[in-house]
Amino acid sequence: MRTITEVSERIVETPSTVTLRFRYTPAASPGQFVMIWLPGDDELPMSLSYTGEPKGVTIKAMGATTRAALSVQKGDLVGIRGPYGNHFDLTPRRILLVGGGSGTAVLAPAAEAAARAGSTVVAALGATTAAELLFVDRARAFSNRVEVATDDGTQGHHGYVTDVSQRLLREDSFDAVWTCGPEIMMRKVIAASEARHVPVYCSMERQMKCALGMCDACALGPYHVCSDGPVFPAERLTPLPEFGRTKRDSSGRRVPL
Amino acid sequence: MADLRTTVAGISFRNPLWLASGIWGESGNSLKGAWDAGAGGVVTKSIGSEPRMGYPNPTIETYDNWGMLNAMGLPNPGIDEYPQEIGVARDAGATVIGSVFGADADEFARLGERMAATGVVALELNLSCPHAKGLGSEIGQDPDQVREVVSAVKRAVRVPVIAKLTPNHYDVPLLAEAAEKAGADAISAINTVRAMAIDARLRRPVLAHGSGGLSGPAIKPVGLACVWQIFERVKIPIVGMGGIETADDVIEYLLAGARAVQVGTAVAFEGVGVFRRLGEELTRRLDALHVVQVADLVGAAHGAPAAP
Repeated sequence: MRTITEVSERIVETPSTVTLRFRYTPAASPGQFVMIWLPGDDELPMSLSYTGEPKGVTIKAMGATTRAALSVQKGDLVGIRGPYGNHFDLTPRRILLVGGGSGTAVLAPAAEAAARAGSTVVAALGATTAAELLFVDRARAFSNRVEVATDDGTQGHHGYVTDVSQRLLREDSFDAVWTCGPEIMMRKVIAASEARHVPVYCSMERQMKCALGMCDACALGPYHVCSDGPVFPAERLTPLPEFGRTKRDSSGRRVPL
Repeated sequence: MADLRTTVAGISFRNPLWLASGIWGESGNSLKGAWDAGAGGVVTKSIGSEPRMGYPNPTIETYDNWGMLNAMGLPNPGIDEYPQEIGVARDAGATVIGSVFGADADEFARLGERMAATGVVALELNLSCPHAKGLGSEIGQDPDQVREVVSAVKRAVRVPVIAKLTPNHYDVPLLAEAAEKAGADAISAINTVRAMAIDARLRRPVLAHGSGGLSGPAIKPVGLACVWQIFERVKIPIVGMGGIETADDVIEYLLAGARAVQVGTAVAFEGVGVFRRLGEELTRRLDALHVVQVADLVGAAHGAPAAP
């Protein structure tokens, strides 16, 4: 069943990213996602970027539907179901966050909750350009070490966020790495972390239809991202030929990422 | 311990609990997953000639514990791509039943031939899809078209052919008789019951497609009645489905006349572990009832004494 709820706040985070906040009371843990229905348009899986009330999702314009989602205004009605999927383990420890682009949206609430529970969080956040960096101020509130990278060098390290995370892994010691972003980025994060025996947890994204582990749209190897994930330990992902290479389109065909 | 093995159209299955079409069956790994979890057979997603994206979301509405409404729109990767997925399941030793859908008898026959070539043990014809001639109706609504489709497929393949029937017809056994006359080796019933959801606050249908098909416990009585009536009118074996969640549900379908059953919505509600649970529950239940084998229950409720 869906709950129809009103968008209580719309925040423009970056030129291509908008956060929608809404009242939706079912309990949610950081890492979980909801299906958000834009009446008259599509229904999308979105990780919660705010898991407390009012809950929120942070949407980046990628295709036609996400662009339409950006035009949702305060006061508009949306349909929400969920939350679905698993979540990050919030046991206190030293955590390195590696967020690429809008991937930071799911990491931020997880890091906030982890920090509240006693974890120490170091954050490496990347984007194409300074204006597209997401939740840097929010990260500074849960972490006293936030480093950024931009592809064009407009802020922080000039290059990829993986350059930064590799340096941090050398300089510091961590009990876990949490990452979300392009799969090619996550593959690099995994390789660097495994070399230092630090376990990595990746938040994965695939096309979703039912979100109930039934329709197979989000099949990834033997897993369904909606019900076995979206958070996967790296050792489950690295053996999969699909990881970082292919996804399935709406018909179930394998297509390049 | 009760023997769960069953035979349908000359093929033996390790138990009567099959994965229903449309659930999990788009990827080979998922078919393998259902088999590894204990399913007695796995039916693929319905495969067509071309890749098909299906309808936009929302494609699904759920009702707490009693049902699910869907209008996926037959998404599938197409018959050119699909054999590699079946390969994954067959390599795992799974007993795979290939489901196909087409717009007319020729397309069904072509697809059936290609599906049979992948090594599936049987074909299931999804006769509940929209047909090209009269928009909005289903091939499976018309006994003449059912006969044409089944005959064409039977001429094209050697594997057993199972005709999957819609419940959205005033006389479902009439469709079963048409399939039997055309040479179908078995009937499976039922597909989903036409249904829809409307949101009161938004004043619009919930599913992007408008209407869809209802599945889950809500339709069990409908499925039982269809299987019962079909059993009274045809000789070929029946695979029953609709709302199966417990061992007693399975037993009721067997008593109505099914030789095997399919489980779908329960996989969405409970996960694929439902197969192991149902298998164990069924064994215990049959032992408690002193039933030695599944076959002893098939159709056993027919001929029960009528009320005085």
